Amino acid sequence: MDLNISIRKKLPHFDLDVSFSCRESRLLVLVGPSGAGKTTIIRILAGLDRPDEGRIIYNGETWVDTDKKIFLPPQKRQVGYVFQEYTLFPHLTVAKNVAFAADNKGDVPSLLKRFNIWHLKDRKPDKISGGERQRCAICQALARRPRVLLMDEPFSALDAVTRQNLREEVQKLRRELSIPVIHVTHDISEALYLGDDVLPMVRGRIVRKWMVQFMLKGRPSEARLPESMEGYDSDDRRDLSVLYDSLEVMQ
Amino acid sequence: MDITPLYLSLKLAFYTTVILVITAAPLTYLLVYIRFAGKSFFEALLTLPMVLPPTVLGFYLLLIMTPQGNIGRFWKAVTGSPLIFTFAGIVVASLVYSLPFAIQPMKAAFEKIDRRLLESAYVLGLSPLAAFFKVIIPNALNGLAASAILVFIHTLGEFGVILMVGGSIPGETRVASIAIYEAVEALRYQDAAMMCLILVPISYLFLLAINRLTRKQIYGS
Repeated sequence: MDLNISIRKKLPHFDLDVSFSCRESRLLVLVGPSGAGKTTIIRILAGLDRPDEGRIIYNGETWVDTDKKIFLPPQKRQVGYVFQEYTLFPHLTVAKNVAFAADNKGDVPSLLKRFNIWHLKDRKPDKISGGERQRCAICQALARRPRVLLMDEPFSALDAVTRQNLREEVQKLRRELSIPVIHVTHDISEALYLGDDVLPMVRGRIVRKWMVQFMLKGRPSEARLPESMEGYDSDDRRDLSVLYDSLEVMQ
Repeated sequence: MDITPLYLSLKLAFYTTVILVITAAPLTYLLVYIRFAGKSFFEALLTLPMVLPPTVLGFYLLLIMTPQGNIGRFWKAVTGSPLIFTFAGIVVASLVYSLPFAIQPMKAAFEKIDRRLLESAYVLGLSPLAAFFKVIIPNALNGLAASAILVFIHTLGEFGVILMVGGSIPGETRVASIAIYEAVEALRYQDAAMMCLILVPISYLFLLAINRLTRKQIYGS
């Protein structure tokens, strides 16, 4: 179950141009400063946005091919999407939100228990905390039995403690999932904590693939990537510096 | 006092409200969510009855509803009876006259719904039609109720358009507002006063309900 992406799209301030793939049971993190084009990639993967050019192929099935004018609508992609901010349906209880598009309604109780929100099942989203809402959103995405899980800065609106708890839960969860998971964040420590593969992004381009395993074993030369600074303009260099600085702090 | 005009007014308001709430919802969806050429012209056209003098609107409706007019001819071909000076005729006129009053509160309610909820629904596998019924409508209930109430009281108070299209046929098109006018003309002040006395509290209560619903929509429940 591989997801292969090669897309280009003109954005207001730069062109998005990325190619990468994500294999099953792998968690790939796109990390970069705000406005680097990360969310656009996730939206294109979910079918909520269209690339100007390119292809997205999931396990041999074409989701997007601009040459052949193929575009699989979001309804048919069967992806799980956890949005940056809360997108639970305000008129439904926690349980009904999770059951909303559940492939099998029988999964709902176990998911709610798995994410410790079973006791909140009859509450509406405005009566639970931010962390509980994002747990519910993850359950909602998983209940669809997705073929790919997409997470767009799901923890960015949470306080530090809740964020760390949820990171740990996602870390546990991903070991149980046998699907590709793509996670977007601007937080490099989150990227290194969660990711099997980390793709740093700057102004619509992937700078270089960092293998987290190597990095955590202490290979700063892998991470500093001085040669990558060549060919970038001053804006790019500034964004790259931010990424590198955060990385050095981590190490 | 003959209460038939009051009954007719309530019946007219009921039919207009039911038909308009059902038809205005998809029209509002079109205005809020779908991009198409000439949208602002279309929207202005739908809002026009709100600002036109009722007699002007009534005059144009009269032209198209006579058996020689497009709608009148079509109606006669389908039902075999004319449209003007009938109850069905004043229902059609009320639908046009009150349409903007149905659309405006619904539009405000639809626009308040976070578009990401719809995107989430699409990713979760819902078609746009299913999302309309399962996401938009349940989250716009206050707006729909406000729209229904506004149309109802607006139709109760209708005068000019009905007079132009329906005249004043007892038991058919003589609604309360027209009966009050005729009672005053005939110096039957007591009849007029009685009907006014009934209409004022009804309108007032409905307005109170709208205010409450609108406040709920703005500030949450």
